[in-house]
Amino acid sequence: MDWEFFIELGLGGLTRGSIYALIAIGYTMVYGIIELINFAHGEIYMLGAFTGLIVAGVMGIYGFPAFAILLMAIVIAILYCAAYGYTMEKVAYKPLRGAARLSPLISAIGMSLFLQNYIILAQTSDFLPFPTLIPDFEFMEPIAHIFGSTDLVIVVASAVSMVALTLFIKFTKLGKAMRATAQNRKMAMLLGINADKIISTTFIIGSSLAALGGVLISTHSGQLNFMIGFIAGVKAFTAAVLGGIGSIPGAMLGGLFLGLTESYAAGYISSDYEDVFAFSLLVIFLIFRPSGILGKAPVEKV
Amino acid sequence: MTFSGLVKSIITGLAVTAMCVPAFAADTIKMGVAGAHSGDLASYGLPTVNAAKVVVEKINAAGGINGKQVELLIQDDQCKPEQATNVATKLVSDGANVVLGHICSGATKAALPIYTEGKLIAMSPSATNPMLTQSGDYPTFFRTIASDDMQARLGVDFAIEKLGAKKIAVLHDKGDYGKGYAEFARKFIEEGGKAEVVMFEGVTPGAPDYSAVVQKIRRFKADTVIYGGYHPEASKIVSQMRKKRIKANFVSDDGVKDDTFIKVAGKNAEGVYASGPIDVSNLPMYKEAIAAHVKMFGSEPGAFYPAAYAAAVAMLTAIERADSTDYDAVTAKLRSEFVDTPVGKIKFNEKGDAEGVGFSMYQVQNGKYVELK
Amino acid sequence: MQGLKQSIITSLWFMFLTFPIMVARVNTIENTVEWRWMNLAYVGVGVFFLSYVWRWALARKEAKQYEAPSTETAKKQSWLSRAMEEPAVARPALAALFALSVAMPMLVTTYQTNIFISFLLYVVLGLGLNIIVGVAGLLFLGHAAFYAIGAYSYALLNHYFGIGFWIALPLGGLFACLGGIMLAFPVLRLRGDYLAIVTLGFGEIIRLVLENWGSLTGGPSGISNIDRPGLFGMELSVADANIYIYYIVLALAIITMIAVQRLKNSRIGRALQALREDEIACQAMGIDRVNVKLMAFGLGTAWAGFAGVIFAAKTTFINPASFTFMESAIILSIVVLGGMGSNLGVILGSAFLVLMPEYLRAFSEYRMIIFAAAMVLMMVFRPQGLIAPKGRKYHVDDPDLIKEGEA
Repeated sequence: MDWEFFIELGLGGLTRGSIYALIAIGYTMVYGIIELINFAHGEIYMLGAFTGLIVAGVMGIYGFPAFAILLMAIVIAILYCAAYGYTMEKVAYKPLRGAARLSPLISAIGMSLFLQNYIILAQTSDFLPFPTLIPDFEFMEPIAHIFGSTDLVIVVASAVSMVALTLFIKFTKLGKAMRATAQNRKMAMLLGINADKIISTTFIIGSSLAALGGVLISTHSGQLNFMIGFIAGVKAFTAAVLGGIGSIPGAMLGGLFLGLTESYAAGYISSDYEDVFAFSLLVIFLIFRPSGILGKAPVEKV
Repeated sequence: MTFSGLVKSIITGLAVTAMCVPAFAADTIKMGVAGAHSGDLASYGLPTVNAAKVVVEKINAAGGINGKQVELLIQDDQCKPEQATNVATKLVSDGANVVLGHICSGATKAALPIYTEGKLIAMSPSATNPMLTQSGDYPTFFRTIASDDMQARLGVDFAIEKLGAKKIAVLHDKGDYGKGYAEFARKFIEEGGKAEVVMFEGVTPGAPDYSAVVQKIRRFKADTVIYGGYHPEASKIVSQMRKKRIKANFVSDDGVKDDTFIKVAGKNAEGVYASGPIDVSNLPMYKEAIAAHVKMFGSEPGAFYPAAYAAAVAMLTAIERADSTDYDAVTAKLRSEFVDTPVGKIKFNEKGDAEGVGFSMYQVQNGKYVELK
Repeated sequence: MQGLKQSIITSLWFMFLTFPIMVARVNTIENTVEWRWMNLAYVGVGVFFLSYVWRWALARKEAKQYEAPSTETAKKQSWLSRAMEEPAVARPALAALFALSVAMPMLVTTYQTNIFISFLLYVVLGLGLNIIVGVAGLLFLGHAAFYAIGAYSYALLNHYFGIGFWIALPLGGLFACLGGIMLAFPVLRLRGDYLAIVTLGFGEIIRLVLENWGSLTGGPSGISNIDRPGLFGMELSVADANIYIYYIVLALAIITMIAVQRLKNSRIGRALQALREDEIACQAMGIDRVNVKLMAFGLGTAWAGFAGVIFAAKTTFINPASFTFMESAIILSIVVLGGMGSNLGVILGSAFLVLMPEYLRAFSEYRMIIFAAAMVLMMVFRPQGLIAPKGRKYHVDDPDLIKEGEA
């Protein structure tokens, strides 16, 4: 057994998994509260990457240092994605509350297409280069060939934001209200929780994390176009289901699990069937453990 | 209004629209331009539209072809086969005399049976799939670009003889073009017996990173990577290879020989080899074509522009020489007489491939592709 | 006054929202930024007026919701459904429509016929999916996979064994049907959204296998030179073959429509509808859940298989790129836009989704965004779809029973 290769693949999977996890949280939170597969969530991630690119481009002209640019790009991308997430909910989902189940799903697919074409028209359909904003740290040089500085930043940033989110959900008043709404929206409303506000907050948090992921992965892969959201979105959604949709720690675990599986499958078998592995894993999981790794099996009430 | 009335009025409306397009107007020569003009592959298709506009404007300004003005019928197929058949039928029914296109091999394959049936010459500046000409199924097809197997042959010979490659990793983007190129490359390497293929794999376009594949390149100690596909994935692979301190040579195809590749990959692009059409930038006609584009659109032309310009010129010249738009007459002229184009003096062989066009190898040096002699 | 304030706030908000994407365009290589301030003004003015329309439409929708229960049920139905219920209107209308469809290819160009073939193919696909989604209420996002199975069945059989269209047509349907049942077996336990995701995954797996199994399917290059359907051994020109295919697909669409309509009112159909409403109550009534669900999947996917065979015969070239998730999403949108469970709805839905983008070619840059916006707006303002589905009505003539009911 070639241990170095094994570890390399593991670290590669970790980076990829962290990104999936960041996006998956948005899916899982929205699903937990309004039981909607928000297809347009991947597009929010893509918008985050584009906003980051624009900020980086403008600041780059004025010669700011790379690290300041990275911070500003992340902050502004988060701000804008939160705003987009909030608006999207108000326009495309809120008027549909109480409609048949499939209607919000179609609305979400429409929204996803809309945002993709919005970027094509307002920006471009070509691939754009994204500047490298994370410098090569010197202390990483000895292992740079298997785990670079960018990978480190991505893993650390996602870990930190996930811990912060977990604490927020567990201990703050708003977090508790969110959990209550997810469990039983009517009951929560009776207890004086403003459900509309909670739903908006959910979209804002989910979108912010997607924006963070969008900026980080773009500086890692060095390019972006309008389609990156769709592919990442489908994968992240798979991750959310693997972990147990509705569960936030589940989304993190699911993301890592998916990232590692893809990495090892590509490394030891072939990357030709990379996506087939991901989807087969999903199908197998759903058949044998439909509630995911951490999700609770729903009790059927009669 | 009843339901049927509604439908009827819609359909009548459509029918009227359809009939408004004159079925045949003998006083103009109609050239169809088909390819991806929207969607993610638009950057490959739009330069061809520009080329057609430049050529036609020049010809029309000079009085047209034997007194007839040339008219363009521009149709978007988004490089999708099902759209391509719609576009092809539309061009046939709109009375196009020749077609410049299509851009992607898949869409071209879908459209060609319709042109074959309608006896309509289609000339592509970019569809490089070998089967299009070598199968003999499509007698009306011509192209002003060499086919993939020629490129793969060049890439493999270059890697083994010039770069001394012994262990080659062959990668592709799972697409029609990229996988075709990679399969030819593998075949040529194995037939030659001077080097071995240590890995043969496809990467998924749009995946967040290719680290697993890149780690494998290291693991198999490949000294050269031959990649078939387009530039977005190529720049991602090269960047990740360099980030992971892998120094293997990177040899690729015409899809990567695009200035966008250098822009996106930045300093990581340095030293990358890619094959592309022979450098013709010293030909006066090439310079003239570029200048005309800059004058008309205010920018440098994009991919396949010279080849598209050449195709437009070749077809229209053949019509002029034949003094007719008759299929047999025009085809005979295309096959028998040389024509001056921005890509050189060309004529076409029986299968439809251009004689006189070929590939040479380029390398990125100081942020520019430089032809290696 | 209130409205003015709201509109100003909305328009300011959208100006803020679209500011970076609409106004700035950076070029990170040459380090330049292009500022397009005019776009900001367009957004501001546009949103200002649209917000009035938006509020008016929302208010109208809400008003309707409140008044609806009090009025007669007959009034709720659209004029279209009412017209179709009246035999005196419906029969001549249908006859005229039929005559028109038959005469169609003579009236229009080959290109138009081609578009109408696409349209009818989507009608068949939509009707098939309607059995699964609309009638049985199972969320299904992998319809394109079965379309692909049908198309590849014909393409491969034709390529390797030279089997003709008419033999492949039932075989394609059969393979897709078997595929549907095979998928249904393991996923029977799942419900709702989980089912949606498994079917999405399954659809992608089929496409990826087609793409990577190069030695059999030709991989991404696809299969070309598929035979067009033969007419008693005659060789047809492209234009004639097109017309011929048009009639085949028209016939298939009509058969599908009749079959689905009959199915809905049959024993199985009623069982499916009951299953959609309440699974547990259904089991308690003695309906075999497994059988009925398998039936729904098998019936629904079989039509996709037929449509696939015709698609392959029409384009004569297929590759996996035609069967992506987007395709499934569009078919699902047809069903939902049209109104789930309604056949007429599926026809209108396909007309909207297939014909509109085709005739919007003139605005090719904007057509996708218009299409996307229409999808969202449709769902917001008319979530039940163009034609609201309705159950079958039974008339009670026995005066005693009526009295009993009123009591």
